[in-house]
Amino acid sequence: MMCNILSQIDTSLLVAVVLMALIGLLLGLIIGIVAKLFKVETDPRIELVTSLLPNANCGGCGRAGCADFAKAVVAGEVAPNQCPASSQETVSAIAKALGIEASTSFKKVAVVLCGGDKNQTKNWTLYNGVSDCRSAMLIAGGPKACSYGCLGMASCVRACPFGAIEIINGLAIVHSEKCVGCGKCVATCPRKLIKLVPAGSKVHVYCNNPEKGPAKKKYCNVPCLGCRKCDKNAPGKFKFEGFHAIVDYEAAEQPTLQDLDTIKCPTNCLLSAQEHLAIEENNPDHLEKSSANAESK
Amino acid sequence: MSDKNYTTGTFSGGIHPDYDGKDLSCNSVIRIAPLYEKYEVALQQNIGKAPKLIVAVGDEVKKGQKIAEADGFVSVPLHSPTSGVVEAITQIPGPMGVPVNAVVIKSDMKDEWGELPEVLDWRETDAATLKARIADAGIVGMGGAAFPSAVKLSPPPEKKITALVINGAECEPYLTADHRLMLEAPERVLTGAAIMGKILGVENIYIGVELNKRDAIDMLLAHAEKYNIKIVGLKVQYPQGAEKQLIYAVTDRKVPAGGLPMDAGVVVQNTATCAAVADAVIEGKPLIDRVTTITGEAVKNPSNWRLKIGTPIREAIKLAGGTTDDVRKVILGGPMMGFAQKSLDVTIQKNSSGILIFPEKKITQYQSSACIRCGRCLQGCPMKLNPALLGRLIENEKFDLALKNNVMDCMECGSCAFICPAHRPLVQHMRRAKAEIRNMKK
Repeated sequence: MMCNILSQIDTSLLVAVVLMALIGLLLGLIIGIVAKLFKVETDPRIELVTSLLPNANCGGCGRAGCADFAKAVVAGEVAPNQCPASSQETVSAIAKALGIEASTSFKKVAVVLCGGDKNQTKNWTLYNGVSDCRSAMLIAGGPKACSYGCLGMASCVRACPFGAIEIINGLAIVHSEKCVGCGKCVATCPRKLIKLVPAGSKVHVYCNNPEKGPAKKKYCNVPCLGCRKCDKNAPGKFKFEGFHAIVDYEAAEQPTLQDLDTIKCPTNCLLSAQEHLAIEENNPDHLEKSSANAESK
Repeated sequence: MSDKNYTTGTFSGGIHPDYDGKDLSCNSVIRIAPLYEKYEVALQQNIGKAPKLIVAVGDEVKKGQKIAEADGFVSVPLHSPTSGVVEAITQIPGPMGVPVNAVVIKSDMKDEWGELPEVLDWRETDAATLKARIADAGIVGMGGAAFPSAVKLSPPPEKKITALVINGAECEPYLTADHRLMLEAPERVLTGAAIMGKILGVENIYIGVELNKRDAIDMLLAHAEKYNIKIVGLKVQYPQGAEKQLIYAVTDRKVPAGGLPMDAGVVVQNTATCAAVADAVIEGKPLIDRVTTITGEAVKNPSNWRLKIGTPIREAIKLAGGTTDDVRKVILGGPMMGFAQKSLDVTIQKNSSGILIFPEKKITQYQSSACIRCGRCLQGCPMKLNPALLGRLIENEKFDLALKNNVMDCMECGSCAFICPAHRPLVQHMRRAKAEIRNMKK
């Protein structure tokens, strides 16, 4: 009896194993044939270039991610320096790998052209709506008295794939060392006050308001008054839009740190990026907040 | 009068605040504002294209003289509110928070009428002439949207219009301008309605009035028979005066989603617009003033005033006795759909139905929290949308899904945000989505 059952199990087991093996063999054969017949030749260089790229998939080059950009580079459609997120070393490495000439990368960084933090610029109303600049703009143009200044509701912070923007004292500030110049924040800012500037420019006019000086003075402590002191002391380095100065980023020479000393901007809205960051970071409110954060950590 | 003389109707959904503030000003007779030295008339006061300026700085103008002419089909001319000199063409703060172009007219304090077009006997005049007169008088929808009235009266021939509905609901809390107008000048409202009925060639003309204005209903009933106009009493529920809701309440017809009232064979006009039409036709006067309610808990004498277009709201508030010390917020329009103002230099426009001035204690500053899915906004939404879902989608910037969930049918009435126990800024979300979707389509 016992023996009978065992022999039954044995045969069914055997059948199953043999069947599975046959099916496996058959499928393997089909896969092998298909792989041979429909083989797609891929360029190994595309993979190589992709691995060299930052792989942030920021879209700053205007293509659908880094792999697509690599494809275009290998095809010779674009130069490797068109990747805004790549450093000079990366560009050279890609060029070397492809055996093409390394063009210089014109690195650009974003800068928020506003110095009106929550202490410097008045709000005309209380606002407790959606904390998003683009939404706030829909409510009578936002709560800030200056209709051109930074609303500080962090739409750009959320848009930045590199975590390069921080809101300090209600003002967006770009940490230029993290910024790759992909331009996502520029497209997000409803007030259009973020600009991509050459990474070499150290000095900026932190004001974007084209109104007349006295009008701006009413609600902001750090506006550009349009006094043209900068233009007089460093001719050819600034241009004027309405009643405010902006650094002429296309000019051959950009204003230097030395220029800052000779110009002595009366409202302190012409600053170097470091100074600007330092002012906000050393603000008592911010220090208090960050020390509280450190303690809680 | 008995209730038998009129039918009643309503829509489903909507809200009603516990206190609607109408008692503050509903017994105040419409008074005419004094002359001011300066009027700042915003150039664009209509939906569509801004009119083309035809005066220059230094020109002398008479009251009612055209200072800008219509530029295209969906555009209306603009007229000088008083006689004087064009002092400047400049930018002034606009009611939406962004600066607008304006014509500044320095009054000569004579307030002399210029040459007016001939007076028409509307019963004897053909529809095309009447329509041209309405277009020429610069009349727009005075309930709030400011859509050129003559355009509404020109439906494409394939749309058969079978009813004209006059909006006397005045469902916005606090506002009483239309109420007083119906009470004090029922003949003008009814004449204007009849004129527009003639232009459209419709038999059925209805005036929908909320049942909190029974005195106005009685007054209209006393005169309505000779114009063959029917009065419909409406349940006191916001937004009863919204176009689609009003059409449903009055005629039982439904306007398809994304459609216009003409798709249901209806044209809707406001009572104030009717009065303006009557003025334009039987007196030849263009639209240069309107009745505005100046009210709220922070104004000393809430009252109704006939204000010229271009009167700064700063002056208008003085008419109502000025503000109390605890004033906090000024809204142009109704409390539900009006806009908080940043500057008192904003001037009265053709669609400014009210100036509301509120004290600190009336202003609530809520902190919004997460949606608790109670579904009250679904009951409140008069468009039968799902504001809770839409709010969540838009918060996560899923505008394509919001579009699929019909966010474009939202009319921003504010019922959902009013009723939400989590105080979610739902209307702001909807507005964001609508703006983003419109941008995407461009």
